[in-house]
Amino acid sequence: MAAFHFEIVSPEKLVFSGDAEAVTIPGTEGEFTVFKDHAPLISSMKPGVVVIEETPTKQMRLFVPGGLAEVAPSGLTILADQAIDLAHLDAAKLNARIGGFEEEIARATTDEARRAAVEKRDQLQELKAALKI
Amino acid sequence: MPSLKDLRNRIASVNATQKITKAMQMVAAAKLRRTQTAAEAARPYAARMEKVLTNLAASIGTSGHVPGLLGGGGDTVHLLVVCTAERGLCGAFNSSIARLAREAAVSLMAQGKTVKILCVGKKGHDILRRQFGRQIIEVIDLRSVRALGFGDADTIGRKIVTLHAAGEFDVCTLFFSRFKSVIAQIPTAQQIIPLALPADAKAASSGAAYEYEPDEEEILAALLPRNISIQVLRALLENAASEQGARMSAMDNASRNAGEMIRKQTMKYNRSRQAMITKELIEIISGAEAL
Repeated sequence: MAAFHFEIVSPEKLVFSGDAEAVTIPGTEGEFTVFKDHAPLISSMKPGVVVIEETPTKQMRLFVPGGLAEVAPSGLTILADQAIDLAHLDAAKLNARIGGFEEEIARATTDEARRAAVEKRDQLQELKAALKI
Repeated sequence: MPSLKDLRNRIASVNATQKITKAMQMVAAAKLRRTQTAAEAARPYAARMEKVLTNLAASIGTSGHVPGLLGGGGDTVHLLVVCTAERGLCGAFNSSIARLAREAAVSLMAQGKTVKILCVGKKGHDILRRQFGRQIIEVIDLRSVRALGFGDADTIGRKIVTLHAAGEFDVCTLFFSRFKSVIAQIPTAQQIIPLALPADAKAASSGAAYEYEPDEEEILAALLPRNISIQVLRALLENAASEQGARMSAMDNASRNAGEMIRKQTMKYNRSRQAMITKELIEIISGAEAL
């Protein structure tokens, strides 16, 4: 299968840049997979998992809480709000982090801090739901 | 004429100062490396975002409806977002950003426009407070933030967007220092609302007819506020790198000056010590001769 150029960037860094054969994207209007020579498309994303197939055997799975995917003739670019590699995540670690934010919410003294913590906790819960672990 | 003890004390104190400035320089050098990588890592996203926005704006331009963040508003109330450091001792870093902002504010006010100032960072507020006390609407303190992330920039970005939606201002300009190299940081003013897109937006777009999911307007409405946050993040990261660079060269200068001072004072100390010995000898010899 032919490969095409693919990039995924988060505000803090360039997460992946290289060639891929197929990329599955959680679009707001439904999940879709991009192959080479896909029609030009701009789609927003909902929280979910982006699956990158560099080769049929080599897969990478990234969680994104939202963002934008752009398919151009030159390749596919994903502007993700954040990208977490699922290989580095497991249920115990995730639960520990959710617990950490719960504590932060309880401790928060200002509305601003509480809002930020609630947001982070919700993101993680979305991630947990998306992974079904 | 200072006594020998005075000179000794002075040399000791300059020595202590030099130790501090050297330590600060090394800390700044270590932090610089970290902030510089962070600033460089943030560039690809901002660049891609701009490309997508240019494409979108080119296709929206034909449909006629332009959202407020892209333009079409008035030009009477200006919001200046002045990003500076939380700490001093970094050469002209803070004052050059503040000077640029002050010049902009003065010239805007001379044209009869209303100016509002949002200070990010304590130092800028300290400098601008006296002259523009009434124009400053808010001060955002980032002192508690250890590693600057998207969350911090997003809070500021959302605040700006909320203010804009409430009709508090028409034009928003970001003031920060662009990191060019360790010795060169360029104070920069960047207009973020309305968004200044390259003039040849049509030519720059890849020319492909995109499909949109959902439609253009919805994507643009989500993307524009996000772009504000991204620009703020970029400004903050560039600023952080510039600050460390400026501090490093300022502390390098200070250490060098201290070294120079120590050399001069030591020379002076030795001279007056020798003069004293000579004087005592002369006294003894002339005393002996008088007998």
